[in-house]
Parts: sequence; structure tokens; C-alpha cells
Amino acid sequence: MPTAVALEDAKVAFRLGDGRVYTAVEKAHLAVAQGEFVAIVGPTGCGKSTLLNVAAGLLKPAAGNVKIFDRPLAGLNRDAGYLFQADALFPWKTALDNVAIGLEIKGTPRAEALPRAQKWLTSVGLGAFAGRYPHMLSGGQRKRVALAQVLIRDPKILLMDEPFGPLDAQTRQVMGNLLLDLWNADRKAVLFVTHDLEEAIALADRVVIMSAGPSSRIIGDWRVSLPRPRDIFEVRLDKEFHALHREIWSVLKDEVMKGYAQSTQAAEAV
Amino acid sequence: MSRPTLFALQVLVAVVCIVLWQVLSTVPVFGKILLPPFFFSNPFDVFSQIVKWFASGVIWKHLGITLAESILAFVIGSLGGVLVGFWFARQPLVAAVFDPYVKMVNALPRVVLAPIFALWLGLGIWSKVALGVTLVFFIVFFNVYQGVKEVSRTVLDNGRMLGMSERQLMQHVYWPSALSWMFSSLHTSVGFAVVGAVVGEYLGSAAGLGYLIQQAEGVFDVAGVFAGMFVLSAFVILIDFGVTLVERRLLVWRPTASDGRG
Ligand SMILES: Nc1ncnc2c1ncn2[C@@H]1O[C@H](COP(=O)(O)OP(=O)(O)O)[C@@H](O)[C@H]1O
Ligand SMILES: [Mg+2]
Repeated sequence: MPTAVALEDAKVAFRLGDGRVYTAVEKAHLAVAQGEFVAIVGPTGCGKSTLLNVAAGLLKPAAGNVKIFDRPLAGLNRDAGYLFQADALFPWKTALDNVAIGLEIKGTPRAEALPRAQKWLTSVGLGAFAGRYPHMLSGGQRKRVALAQVLIRDPKILLMDEPFGPLDAQTRQVMGNLLLDLWNADRKAVLFVTHDLEEAIALADRVVIMSAGPSSRIIGDWRVSLPRPRDIFEVRLDKEFHALHREIWSVLKDEVMKGYAQSTQAAEAV
Repeated sequence: MSRPTLFALQVLVAVVCIVLWQVLSTVPVFGKILLPPFFFSNPFDVFSQIVKWFASGVIWKHLGITLAESILAFVIGSLGGVLVGFWFARQPLVAAVFDPYVKMVNALPRVVLAPIFALWLGLGIWSKVALGVTLVFFIVFFNVYQGVKEVSRTVLDNGRMLGMSERQLMQHVYWPSALSWMFSSLHTSVGFAVVGAVVGEYLGSAAGLGYLIQQAEGVFDVAGVFAGMFVLSAFVILIDFGVTLVERRLLVWRPTASDGRG
């Protein structure tokens, strides 16, 4: 299998306003094979979004390499579709136009783009909401539109940043199954960031754990060999799921505590 | 409160004011007229003056002139504001260099410019248009500048990741964002276009609502002054109503305060 995304000892640092340098990620070594679904889990502020931005080409690493299909990444990652953590839909476009824009940008005539966008909206369960503007949709519906917006361009790599983060537990599971169904159709390489370990195990082929920041690292890498196709509701009842969850949590727990302690200390220092 | 009740109350306020005005300016209270007609006229005279203007048709010419000046001021000022706003927002260096001068010119009370414009452009409509432009331009400029600069980082990144070129970002992201800011100040900028026109007329012209009011003042015709003011208010309210219609059409995508979230 060729490697879709490779981070080779990537280091990311931010220059703060007062001139100091904040090292968010010290050294990240990570490879995502073609067709592989990799989940990144870590405490808040450990640099998960930062890593995705590096893979997307929105952020340049201070050291190390980024390779996309074995070629060094220069500029934006044109093979990747990015589902952002925050709302990223164009508020002045309807759901349909938001999805169609991905094709129109490439020069697809509007008359051809619109029916295809409608089809994608239908496949994320929003066929009847085509004419709505983003502010008239619920949080979960907006995430579905965003998913359709990214998938209509058929990217080879899918980068997802806590896409179901703000949703309630039931909606998350429904969205998870929807994502698995869509992914099963053509098995893109996926880099999926979440703070929810259960979600990570239920969805992914591999779960990668990051340590608490600053200067975070990748501290663990587990293969999830639960059979596919999976159903998120049922996979959680599996014995293997529980064993794996216990094993990974024993490592993650310490980091979550550390991350919490650091974030409160930082707050007190201010 | 239901709409008809509200409307009835609104009308009631007007009726009470007009009746009070009429009574106090014609019926002596304790042997004294509280609103001497020479200074306050009375509603009947004001109304007859308005009727006379519309019956004879002289008012249309003045309304037409003021409307033309306002529209020209609005269009030219908006175009300039949009262009310069975009330019400054996309070229931070240019914005930084011109910043103190923009602030300086904007701080200037525009009335003092009226005589200069009259000198440069004559007493016709263009000196009034120019005055309106100096008012409209800055409102639109500041809003467009803000609109372009405040585009959400995520929305912009999303556009880039979807493959937008700089030109496409302009078209699909910066432009709609800037327009929405501009439209949110539409009432203010249209209002200022009218203010520019009327003040310009008032300070020196041969036609327009401002001219009408100024002429009446010149001969102590208080009824004429009030009549001019009422026609001007009605004119502004009509324009404002038109703006509301346009705004509703163009900003459908925006959540309004009354919208439920979720
Ligand atoms: N532009 C920035 N400037 C300075 N620090 C940043 C910037 N972006 C992120 N950080 C810091 O880097 C760390 C990692 O951020 P992020 O990747 O967003 O975390 P998360 O894992 O929650 O997604 C955080 O401590 C954050 O404060
Ligand atoms: Mg994040």
C-alpha cells in the first residue's frame, strides 16, 4: 500500500505576540496508508488541529517533512479534503450552493454541478434542505453539509477535525455510521481527530495517542482489528472493543490529567 | 401587542400632537396664545401649503432634484467606498500609509466643505452630490474595509482547501462578506446621501427641498418651513422603506435577531 500522508518528525512552533516561541508539537511521526482510517486522540490543546493543518499544508512545520503520496508537500495539499472543527460553510450560500461550489471552482458548469450537489445532499440525508442557508440548519445538519461539500470533490485524502465534536451523543453515533457508510464506498485515506476514545476505536483502523502539550509527541499507536463493515452501536458491545479501550485508556488517562493540570496552571500564571 | 393596536396608538400620538398644536396656536389660554402663529404657524396653514405645492405641481421638480442628488451621491459614494475599502483591506501597507489622512478627512465636519464645492462645482446639482459623496463614501468605506478584514479565518481556509484561486476567493468569500457589511449600513448611508443633498441645497442652490425650506425661512414664512420639513420627512421615510425592501431581498442568508437558533 502506498503512503497517503507521511509526517516525518514534524515539529510545529508558534511565535507568540511577546516574541517567545511556543512549541506545540515536538516530534510527530505518522504514516497513513492509502485506504486507511487513522484516528488521532489526545487531550485538548495537545496539537491535534495543528497536526491536521500541517497535513493540509495550511501550516508549515518548523522542522521535519510532510510527504503526500511520497512527494514532499509544497503549498496546500491539493489531494486533501478538510472538514474543519469550526463552522466553515459559506453563510451567504444555500446548502445546495455550498456543496456545488466545490465543483464550480473546478470549472464544472453550474447546470451540471447543481444536480450532483443535490445527490450528495440526499446521500447525507439532507435532500429536503437544499434551499436552506447555514443559519437555518442545526449543528448536525451543518456538519453534514460540510461533509458533502468536501466529498463532492472526491479528495484522495480526508482530514477531519473533531467533526462531530459539538453534537449530542445520539447524533454523533448516527453521523459516525453515515461516515463509515460513505467511506466504505471508496476507502479514502482518513486522518480523523477526536477527543473521544470510544469514537476513535469504533471508527478507525488505527488509533494514535498524543501526549499533553506543550511539545507533545505521539506516544502510542494501536491497530483496531474489529471486522468491517462495522456498526457503531454494535461494535461498542464487542469484547475486543472493551479490551482495547481499557488498554489505550490506561495510557491516555495520565495525559488527560497532565493536560488538565497544565491548562489550569497556565491559567493561574496569567 | 397586535399590529392594528400598535398602528392605532402610533396614529393617536400624531393626532394628539396636531390637535394640541392647532388648539394652542389659535385658542387663547388665560388670555394668551401659547404658540404665537408668527413663530409656530398652525397645522391648518401648513397642511394647506403642502396641498398647494402638490396641487400646483411645483413640489415635484424640487423632489425630483433632491432625489436625483441623493441617488447620485449614494451611487458614487458607494462605488468609491467599495473600491477603496477593498484596496485598503487587501493592501495593508497602503492602508497604514493613508490611515492618518483618512481619519483627518473623516473628522472634518462636512458642512464646511459646502462653500468650497459650490465654488468648484457651481450652484447646480453637482456641488450637492459632492457633499453627499463625502458623507456616504466614508460609511461604505469603513464597512467594506471591516467586512473584508473580518472574514472568518476558517471560512477562508475552507475556500482555499476547496481549491479556490485568489480571484475565486474574491468572488465567493471577500465580496459577499464586504457586501453584507455594506448593506447592514445601507440605512445610514442612504440617509446621509439625503442629508448631503438637502444641506447643500440649503446653503446655496436654485432648486430642491433644502432650497424650498431656505426660501420660506428667508421671508419668515413659518408655515412654508414646516411644510418643507414634513415633505422632507415623508420623503426620507419612503426612501427608507425602499431600502428595507432591498435589504430583505439581499440579506436573506443572514440570521435576524428574532430567529430561533438551532
Ligand atoms: N496561532 C497560534 N499561535 C500560538 N499558539 C497556538 C496557535 N494555534 C494553536 N496554538 C497552541 O498550540 C496548541 C495546540 O493547539 P491545537 O492544535 O488547536 O490543539 P487541539 O489538540 O485542541 O486541536 C495549543 O496549546 C494552542 O494554544
Ligand atoms: Mg482542535
